[in-house]
Amino acid sequence: MTKVLMKGNEAVGAAAIAAGCHYFFGYPITPQSEVPEYMSRELPKVGGAYVQAESEVAAINMVYGAAGSGARVMTSSSSPGIALKQEGISYCAGAELPCVIVDMMRGGPGLGTIQPAQGDYFLATRGGGNGDYRLIVLAPADVQELVDLVMEGFDLADLYRTPVMILGDGMIGQMMEPVEFRYQPRTDLPDKDWATRGKGKGKQRNVINSLYLQAEELEKHNHKLQAKYAKIRENEKKVEEYNVEGADLVITAYGTTSRIAKTAITKLEKEGYKVGMIRPISLYPFPNEAFEKIGENCKGVLTVEMSTGQMIDDVKISLQGRIPTYFHGRSGGMVPEPEEIVEKVKEILGGDR
Amino acid sequence: MDKDKRIRIIIGHYGSGKTEFSVNYAVKLSQMGKKVALADLDVVNLYFRSREKAEILEDMGIKVIGGAIKGSGMDLPAISGEVLTPLQDKSYQAILDVGGNPQGARTLGRYHSYFKDGEYDMFFVLNANRPETQTVDQVEEYIVKIQDVARAKVTGIINNTHLLKSTSAEDVMRGYNLAKEVSTRTGLPIKYNVCLETLVDELPEELGDNVFPIKLYMREEWML
Repeated sequence: MTKVLMKGNEAVGAAAIAAGCHYFFGYPITPQSEVPEYMSRELPKVGGAYVQAESEVAAINMVYGAAGSGARVMTSSSSPGIALKQEGISYCAGAELPCVIVDMMRGGPGLGTIQPAQGDYFLATRGGGNGDYRLIVLAPADVQELVDLVMEGFDLADLYRTPVMILGDGMIGQMMEPVEFRYQPRTDLPDKDWATRGKGKGKQRNVINSLYLQAEELEKHNHKLQAKYAKIRENEKKVEEYNVEGADLVITAYGTTSRIAKTAITKLEKEGYKVGMIRPISLYPFPNEAFEKIGENCKGVLTVEMSTGQMIDDVKISLQGRIPTYFHGRSGGMVPEPEEIVEKVKEILGGDR
Repeated sequence: MDKDKRIRIIIGHYGSGKTEFSVNYAVKLSQMGKKVALADLDVVNLYFRSREKAEILEDMGIKVIGGAIKGSGMDLPAISGEVLTPLQDKSYQAILDVGGNPQGARTLGRYHSYFKDGEYDMFFVLNANRPETQTVDQVEEYIVKIQDVARAKVTGIINNTHLLKSTSAEDVMRGYNLAKEVSTRTGLPIKYNVCLETLVDELPEELGDNVFPIKLYMREEWML
């Protein structure tokens, strides 16, 4: 298939439809409004349904309903809208409902700004909603990877019966890039025999619920969920590594920021610096082994984020104090320049090469 | 370029590359010694708008007109009243960088009285690599819809078929062939074939002097 030029947000819609998602419930918010716009135009053409809900809270509960009936379903928003969806996301996790939730992050806190940011890392990976649950969180760095992860996200959601969050930022959503669509569905997806789609007369009905009236039962359910998350940690870590072995310093960043960091590394290499990179693609499960492999001669790990420092907590947990950690962040919708990262690395390693 | 009408309206499908073309066009006109004003009428896009490059363009002597209310995070369809300056003051060469699709072209309605036949050009920017503008029928539909909303007539086609920094000569030629078919169907001339400066030597002679080499002002160095 030849490549076409698409905006990240449009590509989210096209990827979802290609992966068999025929239902979308959402509410517009900059910088992701092209997702609902695209879905409202394209879903009727494939016999699907698009509903602009009266609010984000309504949208996520419509997702709950559609997912409960066994359909592939998606919603999307940007930071403040995702914050509103947290109650429903926790319900989906509790009721074990597969769905894909796209967050094109913008500057915060509060209404913040429409410019790109990465301040929802905690919200996405720690659970912005109540209770002991985790989402699978995938962070694309370009529009092609966004397409691939949306498609894979639907498979992972079905495989584990769990909500999957695609954590992009306004830049990924608004940027145009060449993409192609190559969806190969997994062949090991289980039948959705739990869905409420009608089982025929005389058979025990299925129930979708996250309410438990017996504490013992809820604890048992929690253990079941935790066993599932353990399996996800075992099987679904994704990471890109670059020249980590023998590096004097390792930069770690995800999404848009990782691309800026890569440009910085190319500049530093020209000046003789040995800088490696770890780019987590799955933020939950976090690819901690990649950090455990960093050699003792490495002088530091620099985390770069469009936030005031969130992923760095997972970096510190992974390193367990073995190697000094440093941080460079921009926030409020500001995007770092490669030069800033170059300067920070020189400051850590010293100027002489 | 100096044969184009004093008022140039740049329209097209969402994401066709209107802004990159408009910015390059403004720079070239300015380098020819003209007094240039670039009006950013985009109320559809909130990222990658020509007003983001106001500083470097103003350093080149180009007047940049953006939103009525300043702020990079401004999510309001508020266009500056100053747009009237280059429309009324005939010493200006005016470029109107319009938002994508018929929705984006709606802003033009307010300036209808300045768009007199023979006194303006309205260029349709075509990117054959966008999914919605790959056939003659699709392109013609967009031209008709945007004309209706803009209440002005398209006077030429800009072939701006690209894949950003990975654009090849084949991309430009595929777009050229589509633009030729659109031209035959509609009678509109192909005004320019846009390409990266580095591609100029790879293009066949048949494109003649319509080749319009550009720099990518809107893409940061880390972008594709």
